[in-house]
Amino acid sequence: MTIKTKFFDEIEIDEKQIINFVDGIPGFPEHKQYVIINDEELGFTFMQSVDEWSLCFITLPPATLVGDYSFELSDETVEKLELEKPEDVATFAILNIPEDFKKMTANLRAPIVINTKNNKGIQELLDGDNYSMKHQVFKEDV
Amino acid sequence: MLVLARKKDEAILIGDEIEIIVTEISEDKVKIGIKAPKHMKVFRKELLEQVKEENLQSAESKVDLKALAKAIKK
Repeated sequence: MTIKTKFFDEIEIDEKQIINFVDGIPGFPEHKQYVIINDEELGFTFMQSVDEWSLCFITLPPATLVGDYSFELSDETVEKLELEKPEDVATFAILNIPEDFKKMTANLRAPIVINTKNNKGIQELLDGDNYSMKHQVFKEDV
Repeated sequence: MLVLARKKDEAILIGDEIEIIVTEISEDKVKIGIKAPKHMKVFRKELLEQVKEENLQSAESKVDLKALAKAIKK
Protein backbone atom coordinates (compact mmCIF):
# COMPACT_ATOMS: atom_id res chain seq x y z
CA MET A 1 0.00 0.00 0.00
CA THR A 2 1.03 3.60 -0.56
CA ILE A 3 1.07 6.07 2.30
CA LYS A 4 1.72 9.78 2.44
CA THR A 5 4.49 10.75 4.84
CA LYS A 6 5.70 13.88 6.57
CA PHE A 7 9.26 13.81 5.31
CA PHE A 8 9.39 11.48 2.31
CA ASP A 9 6.29 12.30 0.24
CA GLU A 10 4.57 9.08 -0.74
CA ILE A 11 6.14 5.75 0.01
CA GLU A 12 5.22 2.19 -0.72
CA ILE A 13 4.95 -0.05 2.31
CA ASP A 14 4.21 -3.69 2.86
CA GLU A 15 1.35 -4.14 5.30
CA LYS A 16 3.49 -6.63 7.16
CA GLN A 17 5.79 -3.77 8.13
CA ILE A 18 3.10 -1.97 10.09
CA ILE A 19 3.74 -1.70 13.81
CA ASN A 20 0.60 -1.88 15.93
CA PHE A 21 0.51 0.20 19.09
CA VAL A 22 -2.53 -1.19 20.84
CA ASP A 23 -2.79 1.83 23.13
CA GLY A 24 -1.39 4.37 20.70
CA ILE A 25 1.25 6.47 22.41
CA PRO A 26 0.67 9.12 25.10
CA GLY A 27 -0.70 12.26 23.46
CA PHE A 28 -1.82 10.39 20.34
CA PRO A 29 -4.10 7.58 21.51
CA GLU A 30 -6.11 7.62 18.27
CA HIS A 31 -3.15 6.71 16.06
CA LYS A 32 -2.23 3.09 16.51
CA GLN A 33 -0.35 2.15 13.36
CA TYR A 34 3.13 3.30 12.43
CA VAL A 35 5.87 2.25 10.05
CA ILE A 36 9.56 2.44 10.80
CA ILE A 37 11.58 4.16 8.10
CA ASN A 38 15.34 3.95 8.34
CA ASP A 39 17.13 6.69 6.50
CA GLU A 40 20.79 5.91 6.38
CA GLU A 41 21.69 9.12 4.65
CA LEU A 42 20.12 11.24 7.37
CA GLY A 43 21.11 8.83 10.10
CA PHE A 44 17.72 8.77 11.79
CA THR A 45 14.92 6.30 12.16
CA PHE A 46 11.46 7.68 11.50
CA MET A 47 8.27 6.46 13.08
CA GLN A 48 5.60 7.51 10.63
CA SER A 49 1.90 7.25 11.38
CA VAL A 50 0.13 5.18 8.73
CA ASP A 51 -3.20 7.01 8.93
CA GLU A 52 -1.98 10.57 9.58
CA TRP A 53 0.73 11.77 7.20
CA SER A 54 1.66 14.80 9.32
CA LEU A 55 2.47 12.66 12.35
CA CYS A 56 6.01 11.40 12.33
CA PHE A 57 8.53 10.98 15.14
CA ILE A 58 12.24 11.21 14.60
CA THR A 59 14.09 8.64 16.67
CA LEU A 60 17.46 7.09 17.37
CA PRO A 61 18.36 3.76 18.95
CA PRO A 62 19.21 4.62 22.58
CA ALA A 63 22.42 2.62 22.32
CA THR A 64 23.77 5.27 19.97
CA LEU A 65 23.21 7.92 22.65
CA VAL A 66 24.37 6.20 25.81
CA GLY A 67 26.81 3.34 25.93
CA ASP A 68 25.11 0.88 28.22
CA TYR A 69 21.39 1.49 27.80
CA SER A 70 19.47 -1.25 29.51
CA PHE A 71 16.16 -1.59 31.28
CA GLU A 72 13.74 -4.07 32.64
CA LEU A 73 10.37 -4.35 30.95
CA SER A 74 7.29 -4.57 33.13
CA ASP A 75 5.41 -7.87 33.14
CA GLU A 76 2.43 -5.97 31.77
CA THR A 77 4.42 -4.91 28.71
CA VAL A 78 5.92 -8.36 28.17
CA GLU A 79 2.40 -9.77 28.16
CA LYS A 80 0.98 -7.05 25.98
CA LEU A 81 3.69 -7.41 23.35
CA GLU A 82 3.67 -11.23 23.71
CA LEU A 83 7.43 -11.11 24.07
CA GLU A 84 9.28 -14.38 24.26
CA LYS A 85 12.89 -13.30 24.37
CA PRO A 86 14.89 -10.09 24.81
CA GLU A 87 16.53 -10.47 21.39
CA ASP A 88 13.17 -9.82 19.72
CA VAL A 89 12.99 -6.30 21.13
CA ALA A 90 13.78 -3.20 19.09
CA THR A 91 14.08 0.05 21.02
CA PHE A 92 13.93 3.66 19.87
CA ALA A 93 14.19 6.95 21.71
CA ILE A 94 11.96 9.75 20.43
CA LEU A 95 13.89 12.92 19.70
CA ASN A 96 12.70 16.38 20.52
CA ILE A 97 14.33 18.70 18.01
CA PRO A 98 13.91 22.42 18.65
CA GLU A 99 14.75 25.11 16.10
CA ASP A 100 18.23 25.29 17.55
CA PHE A 101 18.95 21.64 16.88
CA LYS A 102 21.99 21.65 19.14
CA LYS A 103 19.52 21.61 21.99
CA MET A 104 18.03 18.35 20.68
CA THR A 105 16.98 15.94 23.41
CA ALA A 106 16.09 12.25 23.43
CA ASN A 107 13.47 10.63 25.63
CA LEU A 108 15.37 7.74 27.19
CA ARG A 109 12.92 7.40 30.06
CA ALA A 110 10.01 6.43 27.83
CA PRO A 111 11.43 4.40 24.93
CA ILE A 112 9.45 2.93 22.05
CA VAL A 113 9.61 -0.83 22.47
CA ILE A 114 8.72 -3.11 19.58
CA ASN A 115 8.43 -6.87 19.41
CA THR A 116 10.02 -7.52 16.01
CA LYS A 117 8.43 -10.96 15.83
CA ASN A 118 4.84 -9.75 15.76
CA ASN A 119 5.27 -5.99 15.20
CA LYS A 120 3.47 -4.98 18.34
CA GLY A 121 4.71 -1.81 19.95
CA ILE A 122 4.34 0.29 23.06
CA GLN A 123 5.87 3.38 24.59
CA GLU A 124 7.22 2.06 27.87
CA LEU A 125 7.63 4.33 30.87
CA LEU A 126 10.63 3.01 32.75
CA ASP A 127 10.81 2.60 36.51
CA GLY A 128 13.45 4.50 38.41
CA ASP A 129 15.40 7.62 37.58
CA ASN A 130 18.25 6.09 35.59
CA TYR A 131 17.29 7.81 32.36
CA SER A 132 16.07 11.26 31.49
CA MET A 133 13.14 12.31 29.32
CA LYS A 134 15.35 15.14 28.11
CA HIS A 135 18.71 13.55 27.47
CA GLN A 136 20.98 16.07 25.71
CA VAL A 137 22.04 14.51 22.42
CA PHE A 138 24.95 16.90 21.87
CA LYS A 139 27.55 17.93 24.36
CA GLU A 140 27.50 21.68 24.87
CA ASP A 141 30.56 22.42 22.77
CA VAL A 142 29.11 21.26 19.43
CA MET B 1 -14.76 10.31 43.18
CA LEU B 2 -14.61 8.51 46.48
CA VAL B 3 -12.82 10.54 49.15
CA LEU B 4 -11.71 8.86 52.37
CA ALA B 5 -10.02 10.41 55.40
CA ARG B 6 -7.02 8.43 56.67
CA LYS B 7 -4.55 8.88 59.51
CA LYS B 8 -0.91 7.89 59.53
CA ASP B 9 -0.43 4.10 59.15
CA GLU B 10 -4.00 3.60 58.05
CA ALA B 11 -4.64 1.86 54.76
CA ILE B 12 -7.09 1.52 51.92
CA LEU B 13 -7.73 -1.67 50.00
CA ILE B 14 -8.69 -1.63 46.34
CA GLY B 15 -9.98 -5.03 45.37
CA ASP B 16 -8.05 -8.00 46.78
CA GLU B 17 -4.64 -7.09 45.52
CA ILE B 18 -3.99 -3.41 46.00
CA GLU B 19 -3.19 -1.77 49.30
CA ILE B 20 -2.43 1.89 49.83
CA ILE B 21 -0.92 2.95 53.15
CA VAL B 22 -0.31 6.45 54.46
CA THR B 23 3.19 6.15 55.91
CA GLU B 24 4.02 9.74 56.74
CA ILE B 25 2.18 13.03 56.94
CA SER B 26 3.87 16.39 57.03
CA GLU B 27 2.57 19.88 56.45
CA ASP B 28 2.36 19.81 52.66
CA LYS B 29 3.22 16.25 51.79
CA VAL B 30 2.02 12.72 52.41
CA LYS B 31 4.13 9.64 51.86
CA ILE B 32 2.16 6.75 50.49
CA GLY B 33 3.12 3.11 50.35
CA ILE B 34 1.59 1.04 47.56
CA LYS B 35 1.36 -2.70 47.40
CA ALA B 36 0.19 -3.92 44.00
CA PRO B 37 0.75 -6.97 41.79
CA LYS B 38 3.87 -6.71 39.65
CA HIS B 39 1.94 -6.56 36.39
CA MET B 40 0.31 -3.30 37.44
CA LYS B 41 2.07 -0.10 36.60
CA VAL B 42 2.27 2.44 39.39
CA PHE B 43 3.47 5.90 38.43
CA ARG B 44 3.33 9.47 39.56
CA LYS B 45 0.66 10.96 37.33
CA GLU B 46 2.82 13.91 36.27
CA LEU B 47 5.33 11.49 34.75
CA LEU B 48 2.82 10.26 32.21
CA GLU B 49 1.80 13.86 31.55
CA GLN B 50 5.45 14.60 30.87
CA VAL B 51 5.71 11.77 28.33
CA LYS B 52 2.64 13.15 26.62
CA GLU B 53 4.12 16.64 26.55
CA GLU B 54 7.41 15.34 25.13
CA ASN B 55 5.56 13.44 22.41
CA LEU B 56 3.46 16.46 21.46
CA GLN B 57 6.55 18.65 21.24
CA SER B 58 8.42 16.05 19.19
CA ALA B 59 5.56 15.71 16.74
CA GLU B 60 5.37 19.46 16.26
CA SER B 61 9.03 19.92 15.53
CA LYS B 62 9.48 21.65 12.19
CA VAL B 63 12.96 20.49 11.52
CA ASP B 64 14.82 20.96 8.26
CA LEU B 65 16.17 17.44 7.98
CA LYS B 66 18.69 18.06 5.24
CA ALA B 67 20.26 20.99 7.07
CA LEU B 68 20.33 18.96 10.24
CA ALA B 69 21.98 15.95 8.64
CA LYS B 70 24.56 18.21 7.05
CA ALA B 71 25.33 19.94 10.34
CA ILE B 72 25.69 16.66 12.20
CA LYS B 73 28.08 15.20 9.65
CA LYS B 74 30.40 18.20 9.87
